[in-house]
Amino acid sequence: MTPAEADRFATYAAAYVHIPFCSAVCPYCDFAVVAGQDHLAERYVSAVCTEIASADPWRPLDAVYFGGGTPSHIDTHLLGRVLDSLSATHGLSAAAEVSLEANPEDFSIERATRLRELGFNRVSFGAQSFDDAVLIGLGRRHVPEDIVASVGAARAAGFDDVSIDLIYGSTAETDESWSRSLDRAEALQPDHVSCYALTVEPGTPFGRSVQAGAEAPDPDIQADRYEAADHAFSDIGLQRYEVSNWARPGHECRYNLTVWAQGEYEAYGNGAHGYRNGRRFRNHRRLDAYIDRIEDGGSPRAGQDRIEGWDAELDRLFVGLRRSVGVSAGPGTDTLLSSEEGRMLTAAGVIAAQDGRLLVSKPLLTDAVHRSVLALTAPNVGDDGDA
Amino acid sequence: MTDQSRIRNFSIIAHIDHGKSTLADRLLEKTGAVTEREMREQLLDSMDLERERGITIKAQTVRLDYEANDGQTYVLNLIDTPGHVDFSYEVSRSLAACEGALLLADAAQGVQAQTLANSYLAIEAGLEVIPAINKIDLPAADPDRVASELTGIIGGSPNDVLRMSAKTGEGVDDLLETLVKEVPPPQGDLDAPLRALVFDSYFDAYRGVVCYVRVVDGRLESGDSLRFMATKEVHDANEIGFLRPKAQPVSTMGPGDVGYLITGVKEIDRIKVGDTVTSSRILATDPLPGYDEPKPMVFSGLFPTDGDDFEDLREALEKLRLNDSSLVWEPETSKALGFGFRCGFLGLLHMEIVRERLEREYDLDLVATAPSVAYRVTLTDATVREIRSPQDLPESTERSSIAEPYVKAMILTPTEYVGPIMELATSRRAIVGNMTYLSPERVELDFEIPLAEIVFDFFDILKSRTKGYASLDYEPASYREADLVKVDILLNGQPVDAFSAIVHRDKAQDYGKKMTGRLRTLIPRQLFDVPIQAAIGGKIISRETVKATRKDVTAKCYGGDISRKKKLLQRQKEGKKRMKMVGSVEVPQEAFVAALKVDDEL
Repeated sequence: MTPAEADRFATYAAAYVHIPFCSAVCPYCDFAVVAGQDHLAERYVSAVCTEIASADPWRPLDAVYFGGGTPSHIDTHLLGRVLDSLSATHGLSAAAEVSLEANPEDFSIERATRLRELGFNRVSFGAQSFDDAVLIGLGRRHVPEDIVASVGAARAAGFDDVSIDLIYGSTAETDESWSRSLDRAEALQPDHVSCYALTVEPGTPFGRSVQAGAEAPDPDIQADRYEAADHAFSDIGLQRYEVSNWARPGHECRYNLTVWAQGEYEAYGNGAHGYRNGRRFRNHRRLDAYIDRIEDGGSPRAGQDRIEGWDAELDRLFVGLRRSVGVSAGPGTDTLLSSEEGRMLTAAGVIAAQDGRLLVSKPLLTDAVHRSVLALTAPNVGDDGDA
Repeated sequence: MTDQSRIRNFSIIAHIDHGKSTLADRLLEKTGAVTEREMREQLLDSMDLERERGITIKAQTVRLDYEANDGQTYVLNLIDTPGHVDFSYEVSRSLAACEGALLLADAAQGVQAQTLANSYLAIEAGLEVIPAINKIDLPAADPDRVASELTGIIGGSPNDVLRMSAKTGEGVDDLLETLVKEVPPPQGDLDAPLRALVFDSYFDAYRGVVCYVRVVDGRLESGDSLRFMATKEVHDANEIGFLRPKAQPVSTMGPGDVGYLITGVKEIDRIKVGDTVTSSRILATDPLPGYDEPKPMVFSGLFPTDGDDFEDLREALEKLRLNDSSLVWEPETSKALGFGFRCGFLGLLHMEIVRERLEREYDLDLVATAPSVAYRVTLTDATVREIRSPQDLPESTERSSIAEPYVKAMILTPTEYVGPIMELATSRRAIVGNMTYLSPERVELDFEIPLAEIVFDFFDILKSRTKGYASLDYEPASYREADLVKVDILLNGQPVDAFSAIVHRDKAQDYGKKMTGRLRTLIPRQLFDVPIQAAIGGKIISRETVKATRKDVTAKCYGGDISRKKKLLQRQKEGKKRMKMVGSVEVPQEAFVAALKVDDEL
């Protein structure tokens, strides 16, 4: 993907829909999810449709992403109702990417076919690993064969964009088991892979056990695993286009590219975050609070931040620098490069300025760059009247 | 003017926490100097820090009227003494203002080294020393044992040792009677030219410098023109008076009287403790003996964590100096720490107190470098230069020898700890001297030891090896030549001046290894490998490496995470602001402090 192509997503209109339902909550997960609340799915989807219907109508959407939770966990027709609402309020462009997250244990050829009929054209499986011990350690409820079957079902139903998520660096994993997972992932020939270091978040069961003295993931080991993954994916023609995302050219996730290009996106559902009309906004995270507010005719918004001026420039760098294409030069990149920290990052080979862009050359150190970026202060405009 | 035969001037010599301040309070109460309503617990320790640490930093004094059993009213001047080793010159001046001293020991803990050292000062000064045991109400009290220790030091019979509880007041009446009987009255010459001893001074924001004086001979009259014999300055006695404990102006003070003198001088260092005041009309021929200038013995660089606070630090030091003329400093520039001050202190406690006051009372965030001593370096051209900071040590080619200060140290300990203490002392290059038994259970160990070997942590280690039972006192002794080298610590190839140290050659390797090893654990991983080296001259004697960070990235950052991740990273950045940049290496504050505690694993 060329930098120009990547930056063009800034003009996309995208939408995120949150489906919080899961069969069980994974011990590392800190998203807005619920288990054992499937009876609320219908009410919840109605609330989401109400939220969509009351949104400020936009132009036809170029990308829609159903995330979770586990969107594949609820009835397909409920997903269809949401898509109908989106069409009714904003419209869907003819070439829109319509993506959903799915779990291998929820998937079948029937479901895949039904999703295709509804208009979904991209599916992302929470595969996480192809090693039984690692899957058990992560609290997952599928076996490696489920992943193979699910990907096969998606292909058979005509999905041209099939992605798998992998998690590396858990304590049950070894260099060998990771290598085997990568081999099996390669064999599936996915169009796209999202590959994440296991992150121990406070407040999760993993967070609590680490706090109580359990072994935490070793960042050096995770760095090794990341590098192994990058090699493996390159071997099958997947190119890294963001810190944790690899794709066959042309199969990058357009919804995410929109976010990273600082494009605007609607967001619906509990805990959903969006960015529209220059504001980053968020909905109430609790499922019941979200439903109650909508059913009471109120707003599900929990807060919003206006992103403007210098903050918007830093925000552009923040979201954009995770991409391999980096960001185009601007006041933010100039300020960073001329700062002491920018010079150190350059000297350490972490960032590089080239062809009118700023790139993070060592993606595993992106947060170090981000800390420096977010601390930048606006250059003094002076008295030349530009202020 | 008071009749000399009715004056009793005395000090209380006691260890920290042995109840001196409480006893002083009881005396104020018993003599009616302070009504109960006015009574504030431990009135004489007025600084917060003193209250907290239970020590007296600046001496204060009070005049009490006591009606004795013989029906006469006596003036008791209680002259408070600072209770710590660092202030021994001040202690000696306070004692010089007295005829008697009460040697007060805790009934459970017994005599401590510093009390012993001060008792020796009192005996040498010819004072009548009255032994007393305090806290006899404690469950662990063993007054018989402590009584024999006391008489072991000053002679006499254990049966004559006073026993009291300042807390309950028991025995305090006996004490008052004993003071009247035993402490000799002053024997000054009223007709001689005025000689008054300045035994303490402090700065008052409204009045300027207030001197505490003891008239030895002649008369001190309000309004007199006075000459300070050491400084040769002439000032008027704007106001003189007694401390009861509130200031009570008087027109005349005669021999034996103790009180205050205000001259209008605003700068504390123009008045020297130990100076003799005489009349500028009729000069005394000789000053009172014993005048000296206390010399700083321990030096440390103080740097503000935030370079913008440099001026605040200077102001704070200047304010502290208003009341502490022994505090000295000069600006110092460190490549690692920026602009700060090389400060000189009388000793370790003095250093600690100043640092604490700066941080607490002036709200400064400081980095303090390893304490150093004053070395005397003989250069190749035979000139001698005193250096107070490792950075100032001339190159080995430019010097022919280095001499370092030794102190005479005295440790009082239960006999069972003699072994561990000897081991500690010899590991610190001490020259072991006498061993004197105060009692079958307690022994006094004397030795000479390089001051540099005790400035870090000697006291802490001594305490931990003796379960807190040993006590230490020291006084400056001589300079001795030693085979000393400067060990530099290099971070990423750049010497970090703040970590340089002058150490004995035999210990250089150890020091280098400990410092590099410790820094490796204290310095967080950076964007690049950070070599940490110890070197003597250009020769590397030890090396460690902090490996570069390999992973510092958020795994997921999608549309839903942006605001939250931004805030998280901003918070992390705030945390990093407390780091000092040393060249291109980020070093946390704690690393400086922790790295300089070199020997705590001993």
